[in-house]
Amino acid sequence: MGIVAFIHRMGSPQYFYQVAGRLVPWFGGFCALFLLAGLVGGLVLAPTDYQQGESYRIIFIHVPSAWMSMFIYMVMATAGLLGLVWRVKLAEVIAISSAPIGASFTFIALVTGSLWGKPMWGAWWVWDARLTSELILLFLYLGVIALYGAIEDKRVAARAVAILALVGVVNIPIIHYSVEWWNTLHQPATITKFDKPSIHVSMLIPLLLMALGCKLYYATVVLMRARCEVLERERNSRWVETLPEVAKP
Amino acid sequence: MSQRSLTSAFVLLLRRDLTLAYRRRAELMNPLLFFVLVSSLFPLGIGSNPKLIAAVGPGVIWVAALLAAMLSLDSMFRSDFEDGSLEQFMLSSHPVSILVLAKVFAHWLVTGLPLILVAPLLGVLLALPTEALGVLMLTLVLGTPVLSLIGSVGVALTVGLRRGGVILSLLVLPLYVPVLIFAADAVHTAAQGIPTTAQISFLAGLLALALALAPLATASSLRVSLS
Amino acid sequence: MKDFFAMGGYAFYVWTSYAVAGVVLIANILIPIRLRLRLLADIARKMRRARREP
Repeated sequence: MGIVAFIHRMGSPQYFYQVAGRLVPWFGGFCALFLLAGLVGGLVLAPTDYQQGESYRIIFIHVPSAWMSMFIYMVMATAGLLGLVWRVKLAEVIAISSAPIGASFTFIALVTGSLWGKPMWGAWWVWDARLTSELILLFLYLGVIALYGAIEDKRVAARAVAILALVGVVNIPIIHYSVEWWNTLHQPATITKFDKPSIHVSMLIPLLLMALGCKLYYATVVLMRARCEVLERERNSRWVETLPEVAKP
Repeated sequence: MSQRSLTSAFVLLLRRDLTLAYRRRAELMNPLLFFVLVSSLFPLGIGSNPKLIAAVGPGVIWVAALLAAMLSLDSMFRSDFEDGSLEQFMLSSHPVSILVLAKVFAHWLVTGLPLILVAPLLGVLLALPTEALGVLMLTLVLGTPVLSLIGSVGVALTVGLRRGGVILSLLVLPLYVPVLIFAADAVHTAAQGIPTTAQISFLAGLLALALALAPLATASSLRVSLS
Repeated sequence: MKDFFAMGGYAFYVWTSYAVAGVVLIANILIPIRLRLRLLADIARKMRRARREP
């Protein structure tokens, strides 16, 4: 009963604005904690890799970013579906608020992947399967952001972007598979230490801490952006006009 | 006004689009010319070494086909959007996805089919061995409808926008990548005399998926764009 | 300590990675903050103008 009532109340933009405002500092605080723990664990405590030396430490930001880029796209597509089919306004807001964050993580994954690849494979850019898939994912994100920006009525824009995200979601596995296929034909097999199932626990723990920290980061920032989107959409409504930050004399 | 059956509505729309296209047949040459020109320019850019040309040939032809398909997408819904007939189609009692299929089919007949017919010529220009020419045409037969179908979703989303053309490329090209990869690889492999069942099956699978899902997505997108 | 910063000779790659990530992630925090303040100021301004009109 409590959960259902909570979800129902979240449908109200005003309620969401207030609750999100209170949640942000908590998510942010825990995010900082986990990221710090992960960074200390990864950069300081984890032992040197016998194959790659110290350059492997890039994985503690590269891998979680890549995971986040995929995770956020799924959230965006799911929220888009909820907004499109059940017309849930909050879902529309979450979907579009997620896009820039997802694009940012994809960008980080690409840059850190390139910087990891240079000492490993000797080239700034290598057309390996993961980097190529990440590049296409970046284009998918940019498409969502561009399309939303180009449509004036934001409710129509939200629906268009939801369709685009759903088409993207169907294509992502296909694109991944195609790129894997393409890559194994044209590149010699590059085995990285982390393709093997056994990763040393002293490296795994910081990795998971970073992953959790990044998820909390996403939660924090998406709520921050969503609050802005809600303000923008509801600027003419009563509750916005009576906000303490606005109704100053 | 008699209630038309779905099949006759489909055929009617198909014939209408083909007739309208025939009246603008000079314009229709553009994507085809683009296809031929781009493919022909590559050897001029990379040198006349036949081994090099043969190595990049399949990729060049397919990238050119992709770009030509993209250039031709705008004509799918533009004129109907501007004169209001698109809204009329949306109001009909027939499922919009079937009407969309008719339009996409007409579009493909007019833009995709010519590419298929011209491809063997380009294959010869780009030093493709004869065994590969058949596979080239097969990949185009399977691939160009996929390009039209996926493209139709992108056009439907951007038809109402002022500068939709730029966004259209950004939306559609990432989705074209699997077609490009498998089609170009099929032709490459065929040029080496190796069987291409895997790549062709994948392309056929993509076509089936696109035929099933794209008209639905396009219909939703049109509804959104016209709202 | 010096070894930590040197990162076994890979200092440039490792630290640039974290620097780029840091800049992007911090920007993603600052942008919504600025946006929200700007929106609130904008709304407040419009309301003051509306109140002034008879």
